[in-house]
Amino acid sequence: MLTIHCGQNHLKESKRAVNSLRDIVDDDDDDLEKVSWSGDPVGSISWSIKETASSSTSSLESRDSSLQKGYSSYSAFPKQASSYSLSSLFKGEVPHTQFGQMGFSSTVSRGNHFILDYSSDWSPKDTVRRMQRGKVRTFLFHLLILFQELEVRQVALCHLIHFLKETSEQKLLLDLLRFLDRTEEVALSQYREHLNIQDVEKRREFLKGCIGLPFSAEDTSHVQDHYTLLERQIIIEANDRHLETAGQSEIFRKYPRKASILNMPLVTTLFYSCFYHYTEAEGTFSSPTNLKKTFKIPDKQYVLTALAARAKLRAWNDVDALFTTKNWLGYTKKKAPIGFHRVVEILQRNNAPVQVLQEYVRLVEDVETQLNLATKYKCHDVVIDTYRDLKDRIQLAAYRCKVERGSAEEEKIDSILNNTQIRWKN
Amino acid sequence: MSPLDRIANVSILKQHEVDKLYKVENRPTSSTSDQFCFLVRPRIKTMKYIADIINADKMAGRSRKYKIIFSPQKFYACEMVLEEEGVFGDVSCDEWSFYLLPLDDDIISMELPEFFRDYFLEGDHRWINCVARALQLLNSLYGPFSKAYGIGRCAKMSYELWRDLEEESESDSQGRKPEIGNIFLMDRDTDYVTALCSQVVYEGLVDDTFRIKCGSVDFGPDVTSSDKSIKVLLNSQDKVFSQIRNEHFSSVFGFLSQKSRNLQAQYDRRRGMDIKQMKNFVSQELKGLKQEHRLLSLHIGACESIMKKKTKQDFQEMIKTEHSLLEGFDIRESTSFIEEHIDRQVSPIESLRLMCLLSITENGLIPKDYRSLKTQYLQSYGPEHLLTFHNLKRIGLLTEQSPGETLTAVESKVSKLVTDRAAGKITDAFNSLARKSNFRGISKKLGLIPRVDGEYDLKMPRDMAYVFSGAYIPLSCKIIEQVLERKSWLGLEEVLRLLNGNEFSVTESAGEDSPAWESQRIILTVFLGGCTFSEIAALRFLGKEKGYKFIFLTTAITNSARMMEAMIETKA
Repeated sequence: MLTIHCGQNHLKESKRAVNSLRDIVDDDDDDLEKVSWSGDPVGSISWSIKETASSSTSSLESRDSSLQKGYSSYSAFPKQASSYSLSSLFKGEVPHTQFGQMGFSSTVSRGNHFILDYSSDWSPKDTVRRMQRGKVRTFLFHLLILFQELEVRQVALCHLIHFLKETSEQKLLLDLLRFLDRTEEVALSQYREHLNIQDVEKRREFLKGCIGLPFSAEDTSHVQDHYTLLERQIIIEANDRHLETAGQSEIFRKYPRKASILNMPLVTTLFYSCFYHYTEAEGTFSSPTNLKKTFKIPDKQYVLTALAARAKLRAWNDVDALFTTKNWLGYTKKKAPIGFHRVVEILQRNNAPVQVLQEYVRLVEDVETQLNLATKYKCHDVVIDTYRDLKDRIQLAAYRCKVERGSAEEEKIDSILNNTQIRWKN
Repeated sequence: MSPLDRIANVSILKQHEVDKLYKVENRPTSSTSDQFCFLVRPRIKTMKYIADIINADKMAGRSRKYKIIFSPQKFYACEMVLEEEGVFGDVSCDEWSFYLLPLDDDIISMELPEFFRDYFLEGDHRWINCVARALQLLNSLYGPFSKAYGIGRCAKMSYELWRDLEEESESDSQGRKPEIGNIFLMDRDTDYVTALCSQVVYEGLVDDTFRIKCGSVDFGPDVTSSDKSIKVLLNSQDKVFSQIRNEHFSSVFGFLSQKSRNLQAQYDRRRGMDIKQMKNFVSQELKGLKQEHRLLSLHIGACESIMKKKTKQDFQEMIKTEHSLLEGFDIRESTSFIEEHIDRQVSPIESLRLMCLLSITENGLIPKDYRSLKTQYLQSYGPEHLLTFHNLKRIGLLTEQSPGETLTAVESKVSKLVTDRAAGKITDAFNSLARKSNFRGISKKLGLIPRVDGEYDLKMPRDMAYVFSGAYIPLSCKIIEQVLERKSWLGLEEVLRLLNGNEFSVTESAGEDSPAWESQRIILTVFLGGCTFSEIAALRFLGKEKGYKFIFLTTAITNSARMMEAMIETKA
């Protein structure tokens, strides 16, 4: 087991030694390589590329308009359609002479066969030789040369599919996958396209269209959730932007938003909602309870997120309410679906005052963890009480020097140590 | 840093009349040169960028000469794309057969990180030719290799293609004294477990924390204790680094501390010196001491930075979880830890890595866990990771146990299948059995989890497990150790069955004389799909123990983060 603390003293010592020598050593850097701000050695290729890039972005603005026109219509530039391109092959629009012999066009329509299936009595070598004789330089020819090296049809298929993905021949890829009855992959390939849609409304529309695709049952519900989430985020974003600009809402004034909620994961959205819309009733789209219900967020996740948000706002009462339940007798008690040590950690990270921290440290079940946390975060009362309960005189006495001289805690320790009623174990 | 930075700098290019350097990307260039030379990898996306640039020039009525240099080789598919984009006639193409980049005295990289995803996820064999050519090159320089071992389908294919190339070529290696006697090829998927573990040897830790690229690392202000970043070359030239790189992290502190004290003592000698001695000191020793001081500061800074990050991230608990998974204890607790890790949105890559480690060691997650962890992951890190999960399932890194199947139930399932009349079901089941990871069985047979009485001594390690704090001997390295010891695969049949076979061992026809003992000690270890620094450290250790010398050839340096990133789907 790696023990982190073992080396820390070594490290401090090394650092001190090295720093003390800095004055002696750092008088001249003539031996050191000159580096740029990004850390690349000056004169290296990486450095040069960065230099050119930064100087050209500024010059890009002052390009002449004709060039600009050219760039904006990249896609409009007519592509010279290769007559033997893959697309024409798939449509079956190929010169009949060569491919007709292979019975090519008929295999395209057959559902379950690999489209490049060739007559069974021809080996790949034969096929290639026949095509070579025809002096046809086509993509199919190239593929078969490649496939000659490979024996298994399965492998050739993988190559083709990968190639179609890379060249973004989406329609062809989907057609091929459909032929092969790989319906789930059809669904996933189509779904993947959403990553290329920047406009949020268009993306939402697109996702809506994905819901009916042949995903597995589980994945269908995930895609459904994705759509619903984005839909919600669009509504919340529009609403909150309005609130923010109107300037009436205190929370938005005090904590202006640093980023939009669009396309964020659900948990992040929940955090946002617990931060800015905590008190809203379940009926609104932006309320945390509504999110919890709609997306069936488990208690554990909900509590963890709400805690993080309220702790950040230093709303200790809200934190308290999260863990307080009333039992049937009307007594309140604290419980949490996450360990209380986690609660303490989150509170501490948000600089909760010691009284608040202390309360939750006391709730940590495991005594050793409780003691560690209490010591670490200086929850003196908890430490003192625990050592008293454990009847550990030595530790209690040792802890005395950790508290402030003349403080209430010191007095408390003294009174406990002087208590003759306690049967100390040591 | 890119591989090019390790070969040339700008002044050399300028001597050859290169005016400016640009990165090829989806952006227009505003250059006035009349010749463009593109030095690229054979990627479809790059072809499209180049075509866009050329077409834009055409639109603007600008005429230029264009040359594309493909490295390490050209693919037909690239030419096809250029043709489709209507620019094939405008460019002249060339190949630069640059296959091998030495990163250090004993590490050669092909700098093909895409190999992993292209081969293991997409099933694309496009790079195998490059591997074969790299082997051919090494063989012609340092061979002939007398013995070849390997495991994995890709290893087999690469080896066979290489042998074909050797036969076709007219090279005559007769009478040449080989420098490297043996070669061992291994597929990454033979051992995913090792690649998924957190690294704790110094070099591995630096790679995990800062990401080492082409043998150099970017140290930011938190390491340099200034407001500048600096790129540092990490290899055996760095005297401090070379002594700590293979050490377990816990030993590194002690070492650096010792070195700092020595350095201080050296400087203190100045006090008692007279003029002559001082002159001597300044001219002879000061430079070296300054250098050492600089390196020490950097590495101490790096250690501090690493410690800070690890303490923040609950590193202790995570390592404990990893060790539990490796040993096969407390699986429920580990699963809860992972669940919490996801809930707290700690890190999408780390959460994924832990899930994969759980899956590989346990032969897949139980369906309930798979569904619930997947849902939580999508909720914490984004719904688009639906695609990531699909990729991980396809490659076998994160799978679901078929309902009713546990480790012990595998045998009962097989017997059930025999009575099952539906033939299709049998083939499916056998296929799925073939892809199982079987880690526990392999671990037991090879003794990968060392039995420790008392504390494991990390300062004076007794076996390769030290690279993982004594908890686990890397499977890949253990396999190599066993095969080299036996000089064959004999006695490892059961393990091979669990590894899904595809092993080979070939003795090339050596010259009449028995090969020199020197070259027999040297083994070229080829990792197809990537190799981690932990494995390199472990094998260097093995080398010292057994008197071997390992030379590492890898398609790229890898670690768990790179592997996970390769599985995540990004914009097309």
